[in-house]
Amino acid sequence: MGMNLRTKRKIRRLVDKVALALSVAVLLAPCLFVFFWMVSLSVKYDIDNTAWPPVFWPEQVTFDNFAKVFDESPMLLYFWNSVQVTGSATLVALLLGVPAAYGIAKARAHKMAAVLLLSRMTPGLSYLIPLFTLFQVLGLIGTVWPIALTHMVITLPIVVWIMIGFFETQPHELEEAARIDGATLWQAFRYVALPLSRPGIVVGAILAFISSWNNFIFGAVFAGRTTRTMPVAVYNMLTFESFAWGPLAAAAIVVMLPVILLTIVIQREIVQGLSAGGVK
Amino acid sequence: MIVFPWIFTIWMSLHDWHIGSKQTFVGLDNYIALATNRRFLESIGHTIYFTILAVVLPMVLGTVSALVFHKKFRGRGFFRTIFIMPMMATPVAVSLIWTMMFHPQLGVLNYLLSTVGLPPSEWVYSPNTVIPSLILVEIWLWTPFVMIIVLGGLASLPTEPYEAALIDGASQWQMFWNITYPLVLPFLVVALIMRTIDALKVFETIWAICNGGPGTSSEVLNVYLYAQAFAYNQVGTASAVVVVFFAIIVALSLILLWARQKAKWA
Repeated sequence: MGMNLRTKRKIRRLVDKVALALSVAVLLAPCLFVFFWMVSLSVKYDIDNTAWPPVFWPEQVTFDNFAKVFDESPMLLYFWNSVQVTGSATLVALLLGVPAAYGIAKARAHKMAAVLLLSRMTPGLSYLIPLFTLFQVLGLIGTVWPIALTHMVITLPIVVWIMIGFFETQPHELEEAARIDGATLWQAFRYVALPLSRPGIVVGAILAFISSWNNFIFGAVFAGRTTRTMPVAVYNMLTFESFAWGPLAAAAIVVMLPVILLTIVIQREIVQGLSAGGVK
Repeated sequence: MIVFPWIFTIWMSLHDWHIGSKQTFVGLDNYIALATNRRFLESIGHTIYFTILAVVLPMVLGTVSALVFHKKFRGRGFFRTIFIMPMMATPVAVSLIWTMMFHPQLGVLNYLLSTVGLPPSEWVYSPNTVIPSLILVEIWLWTPFVMIIVLGGLASLPTEPYEAALIDGASQWQMFWNITYPLVLPFLVVALIMRTIDALKVFETIWAICNGGPGTSSEVLNVYLYAQAFAYNQVGTASAVVVVFFAIIVALSLILLWARQKAKWA
């Protein structure tokens, strides 16, 4: 009788385990398949890429597609453009956003947080028409700076959003002690709160970096031939080479490689940072 | 940075203005023209259709995945990293891969359908299937976002109520319904608000995959807006679209925020 109950429990635990493994597999399958197919397209010759039925495991693997991406377009220039745009937009967002978030969190100015939500609600395109006109007047069209400036519309709210969450959960006794010892608000921020919030700053910076790197629309409107960012460059390849699937997939990989690597490096912090900011 | 574009947009929406030519004041004419413009009204319909599917499906799937990834098992961190990869990948690049997979003659998706005995689909190449196909991409991209927010909610759950409930002899279902659900609800509402806003604003994937086509069958508001502003240079009309668009987003967000407050008090 007791034996029977134990086997029953054992079977039940096994069923639970199998069910869990199955559901994890089902959840991951679409994700894995799309990435697998992207890599597969990028290392196959065109003859394999346009074969029917599709070739899943090619007999011959090639890296010509990657070579083609760099030969036929100034990909390194576009990479450098993206680095300039994303780098400066992230840096400025940190310089402005971290103190701003500190102020909002300490003053409990939740109305300001509502303004942030408003900026997330605004379609990015709606900034573009007035800004396009403004940049034309200023003669900045044709340089990377309009793109970098508009990318701050993306990076700044992310940094502020993540950092408010961080500063609010920080214990405030240390800063209060500093204030009692005669530190100004700025000093309390600079020497106490800021060093403590380094993990939050890293998450905010990387999430801002990823969103800016991935952004297409601002670059699409403001970029000329020599100021394209990576996503714009890839989109343009699509319009000109409809059937060269290998180079297209290779270009897609080149564009997303930096953000994929960043995600792998700090995945745990991303999950924590996003869910901490989520309740605000 | 935020206020200037707004005032300028409203001012522009009251003018007839092509880029490169002089603007003339026309009052509310742009708005009146929009109200009878079939293409604009259809784009609102597409936006609503797209938004409903692109909110409901990732919400359901994201919540289910959060419940799965909340369980402790070996390799959880690793699998979770793979799972959140889509939302980090560059959307335009992802769209490109999907475009190739959707190809009706040579695409791998139709091959996969054929292996399970289903007829091929036209995917994004037919007006009837284009929006559901785009929804597939949207689900793929944004289910992880919902998952992360809900996972944060699950992780913040206190253990005391469960212990008390166990002592009182509550069933699994009763614990889920009476403890887990109300405590996670605020997180679900946050995910719902974010997802709704993002779905209303969808642009990049649709633009990259099918340009709002075939014809105008997948032209959502943001795509219509882009075409007016940067393909036809109709700045006045486009600005009026922005104002209407923003009004819709604000109205919906207010409803959702109100729902969030209710959820907090309940």
